[in-house]
Amino acid sequence: MPRPDALRHRGFLAGAALFAVFAAASLGAPWLAAHDPLDVAAGAGATLERPSAAHPFGTDVLGRDLFSRVLWGGRVSLAVGIGVEALAALLGCAVGLVAGYYGGIVDAALMRITDVVMAFPSLVLAIGLIAVFERPGLDKVIFVLVALGWTTIARVVRGAVLALKTREHVLAARALGVSNLAIMTRHLLPNALGSLLVAATIGVGGNMVAEAGLSFLGLGAQSPTISWGALLADGQSFLASAPWVAVFPGVALLLAVLGINLLGDGLRDLLDPRFRE
Amino acid sequence: MRRSEGSGSIADIGRALLGRLLALGPVLFGITLLVFLLNAIALGDPARAAMGQRADPEALERLRRDYALDRPLAVQYVTWIGRLARGDLGTSFREQRAVAEVIAERLPATVRLAFAATLVAVVLGVAAGALAAVRPGSALDHALMGAAVLGISTPVFWLGMMLALVFAVTLGWLPVSGYGGGSLRHLVLPALTLGALHTGTVARMTRSSLLEVVRQDYVQTARGKGLPERIVLGKHALRNALIPVVTVIGIGLADLLVGAPLTETVFAWPGVGRLLVAAVGQRDLPVVMGAVLVFALVYVLGNLLVDLAYLVIDPRTRRAAT
Repeated sequence: MPRPDALRHRGFLAGAALFAVFAAASLGAPWLAAHDPLDVAAGAGATLERPSAAHPFGTDVLGRDLFSRVLWGGRVSLAVGIGVEALAALLGCAVGLVAGYYGGIVDAALMRITDVVMAFPSLVLAIGLIAVFERPGLDKVIFVLVALGWTTIARVVRGAVLALKTREHVLAARALGVSNLAIMTRHLLPNALGSLLVAATIGVGGNMVAEAGLSFLGLGAQSPTISWGALLADGQSFLASAPWVAVFPGVALLLAVLGINLLGDGLRDLLDPRFRE
Repeated sequence: MRRSEGSGSIADIGRALLGRLLALGPVLFGITLLVFLLNAIALGDPARAAMGQRADPEALERLRRDYALDRPLAVQYVTWIGRLARGDLGTSFREQRAVAEVIAERLPATVRLAFAATLVAVVLGVAAGALAAVRPGSALDHALMGAAVLGISTPVFWLGMMLALVFAVTLGWLPVSGYGGGSLRHLVLPALTLGALHTGTVARMTRSSLLEVVRQDYVQTARGKGLPERIVLGKHALRNALIPVVTVIGIGLADLLVGAPLTETVFAWPGVGRLLVAAVGQRDLPVVMGAVLVFALVYVLGNLLVDLAYLVIDPRTRRAAT
C-alpha cells in the first residue's frame, strides 16, 4: 500500500486531489446543485443563457441549469466508470487466477479468448454489441463495457500468478492439502493486488471515456438520465450558438479522467516493483 | 560472406512472417465467430430484427433463407463464412442493396482520414518528442510533454468539438464539418482530432527512446568527435530512437479505429465509422456486422504490416520470432 513516498510523488498527489474533488462533487451533488437538473423552470424561461452568477455554467436549450446538470451527470459518469471496473475486475480476476493456476489447456483456451476480445478495437465492438439490443441505454453500456473490459485485468493477474505459483509458500500450502480455491484466493490473489489496483484505476478512466463516447453517439444514457457524454451530445448541437453547453461537461470529463490517469500512473510508480528505481 | 548473410536474413523474415500468419488463424476464426454469434443472437428471432412489425413475409422468408436460420448454428456459420469469402456481407435492411457496396462507398473517406491522422501523429509527435529531448527538464520539455499528456487524456470527440469551436466557429479559418468533396481544408480538423491521442503517445515514446539512445556509446563517440549537437541528435540518435516508435504507431492503429466513429460523427465525415453509428440507430444489423468485421480485419492486417515493418527494421526480432 502507498508508503510515505506517496507524499512526495507529485503526479500521484495531483491525481488524488483531482479525484477527491470530483468524488466529493458527485457525492455532494444533491446539496451542491442549486437547481433541479431536470427542472425546465430553473432558468425562468431563460434558455441557452450565458454563464452568470445565477447560473455559473449557463443554461441549456430547455433553460435547465448546466452547473447542476454537470454535477448530477458526474455522479452517473463516475459511478459507471467505477462500477464497470469493479465488475470487470471480478471477472478478470477469476479468468486470470484459473488460467494462471491451472495452466495447460485451460490456460491456452482462456488466453485465446482473451486475445480475440483484445484483437477488436474495443469501442467498435462495443457499438456492435449494443446493436444486438433492441434499444440502447445506460444498462446496456454497463453490460457491454464489462463484457469487453476484463481482459487487461485477466492478463495482469495471470502474469502475477505465473510468477508466484512456484514459490515455496504456495508449494507448501499445496503439499499441506490446502484446497485450490483457498490457494488462489489466500496466497495468490493478495500478491497480485498491487498490479491489479494499478490496472483497475487506469481502467476506470477508460470506462468513463468509453461511456461518454457511447452516450455522445446516442447509444448510451437516454434522456432524462444525464451523464457527461449525454450532455456533450447536447453541446454538439449548439456549438455555434451556445458553446458553454459543450465546454463545461467536457472540461469536467477531461479533468476527472486526467486525475484518474495520474493517480493510476502514480500508483504504478509506488506499488509496482518493476517501475521502482 | 555478406551475400549469404543477406539471403539468410530473407529466409528469417520469411519464416517469422509465416509464424505471424499462422498465429492469425485463431484470431480470425474468433473474430468471425464472435460477429456471427452477435448476428445470430440479434437475428435469432427475425421478428425482433429491424424489419420488425412492418416486415412483409416474403422478406422475412428471404432473410431466413439467406442466413440459413432454420439450420444448426454450425451450418449457418459455415454458410456465412462461404459467403464472406466471396465478399458477400449480406444485404442492408434499410438500403436494400449489398452491404459490401455500402461499405465500399464509405471506405475511402475513412482511409483518407486515418492516413492524414497518422501523418499528423508521426510528424508532430516525432518533432515534439525530439524537441523535448534536446534539453530534458527544461520549460520546453515540460510544456511539450504536458501537451502530450493532454492529447492522450482528452476524449477524442470533445477535442474535435473544441477544435471546431476555436478554428471554425470563432476564427472562421476552417469549415466546421463536412467532406467538402475531398478538399484539404475540410480534412485538417478531423485529422488533428483523430491524430491527437496518437501524437501524444508518439511524442512520449520518441522522447524517452531518444534519451535512452543518447546514453549509448556511439552517440558519446559522435559527440567526442566534436560533431555539432544538431547532427549528433538528428542523424545518429534519432534514427535508432525511431525503432520503438514504429511499434507505437502500430499500437496507435487501434486508437485510430476506435476514434473513427466519434471523429466522423463530430465532423459529419462520410466514413465507415459514421455509417456504423447510423446503422446501429436504425438497427440495420447486416451493415453493423459488416462494418464491425471490416474494422476488425483492418486492425488485424494493420498489425501484421507493423510486424512486417519491424522485422525489416530490427533484425533482432527475426530470430526471436522463430
